[in-house]
Amino acid sequence: MSSSNIPSDLVFQTSHEWARIEGDIATVGISDHAQEELTDVVFVELPPLGKEVDAGDPIAVVESVKAASDIYSPLSGEIIETNPEVDGDPSLVNTDPYGKGWIFKVKLSKPEQASSMLTAEAYGELIG
Amino acid sequence: MSDDLLHSPLEAAHIALGARLVPFGGWSMPVQYSSILNEHASVRNHVGVFDISHMGQVFVTGANQLTWLDHLLTNNLSKLQPGEGQYTMMLNEKGGVIDDLIAYRISEDETLLVINASMIPEDVAWMEAHLQDGVSLRNESDAWAGLAVQGPEAAAAFKKLFPAEELPERNGISEIAGGHLVCRTGYTGEDGFEFFCTAADGADFLHAFISAGATPCGLGARDTLRLEKCYPLNGNDLSPEHTPVEAGLGFFCDLEKPEFIGREILAEQKANKPKQRLTAIEVIQKGPPPRPHYSVLSTDGEVIGELSSGVLSPTLGKGIAMAYLPLAFSKPGTEVLIDIRGRQFQAITVKKPFLK
Repeated sequence: MSSSNIPSDLVFQTSHEWARIEGDIATVGISDHAQEELTDVVFVELPPLGKEVDAGDPIAVVESVKAASDIYSPLSGEIIETNPEVDGDPSLVNTDPYGKGWIFKVKLSKPEQASSMLTAEAYGELIG
Repeated sequence: MSDDLLHSPLEAAHIALGARLVPFGGWSMPVQYSSILNEHASVRNHVGVFDISHMGQVFVTGANQLTWLDHLLTNNLSKLQPGEGQYTMMLNEKGGVIDDLIAYRISEDETLLVINASMIPEDVAWMEAHLQDGVSLRNESDAWAGLAVQGPEAAAAFKKLFPAEELPERNGISEIAGGHLVCRTGYTGEDGFEFFCTAADGADFLHAFISAGATPCGLGARDTLRLEKCYPLNGNDLSPEHTPVEAGLGFFCDLEKPEFIGREILAEQKANKPKQRLTAIEVIQKGPPPRPHYSVLSTDGEVIGELSSGVLSPTLGKGIAMAYLPLAFSKPGTEVLIDIRGRQFQAITVKKPFLK
């Protein structure tokens, strides 16, 4: 059913976040499918820098006109960077979810957790 | 359909148009087709069409219908001529709002009440319980489809579809060829009309208005459009616990009428001022959109109310909301705080409406 874009170099979780893992840093955002479901994103509440998170913690909030949705950190570690561009222009989450619409970066404390995330193929099957 | 929701006669058409359906007031209705922001802008700048088939139509007839309605409703129907309509409310004995509605005098001896979808059973039960001799009710809510065509280009869309017909005057109603009812009313603050036809014809007219230039719009845009104009939503901004005087709708209550249900309370509140008022609040600090049920605090940190409505205004680009606040805080220019997930954001009370 879904015509969503799912880049093969990313890993995903069932709550529709993606992660791009480069060394011990993961860049995190929400999937194309998630932004389609949320529609017009009008606000992104970014996590505080330096915060220690566990995989599965709600850490950011993406708000559309009608609803606020929690974003969960897919991996444990420290928040080392947030995206100032989505703070200024939340619609980047809609227009470029895997690029300029990234939300935060985590310095991984348990890099092995990445292997339990969904591959692009498995995520594609999930959203069917 | 296996859920407990009621379904618009236009539902198949909505799905074919790509609408996202959500539960609203017991009905499954489109919240949006493409984008709430685009649909909102279409109505402000051009023309949009909303399915309002969920709304109820009750026809009141009989020799005593006008007298009875002036006993049941806050505004003064006797001041209208046939062909004219007015915004009005039905109150309980304590002056609380059961429903807000528009009453149209169709002819000397017939009035049409257009009521909120979620309130159809309760409104009809209340009317039947208060029925008097010489008055008859016909609840035809299931028989009619409704389309609200709204925006500066709404009148042009009407002319395209019905070149031989004229739109009624503001707040007016007329029956056009084919037995369709056209009302010059709406819930967006733009020019426009509400069009009622048989349930079976509804989808054809939806497509016809789209062909005439209207963007299909859902309840999401309906909510942002009405809140920019501070039009109340029953169930959010209006409730049996609050009177029209508290809601700032005293203009639609004719206290010169010697009697109507709830009148004494309204007269008392008007003389002595109500304890609370439905207040317009603008968020002045960058932050998440305000939403219903968020707490409102004084600058001292005391909780003074909760939001009854709230959105990020697509036109103004800032958070707008309404809340019943104690009179001391309802004056425009009063600084307040809105609590959003444990953080407090600066806001200020303003004069209604947000969008002039």
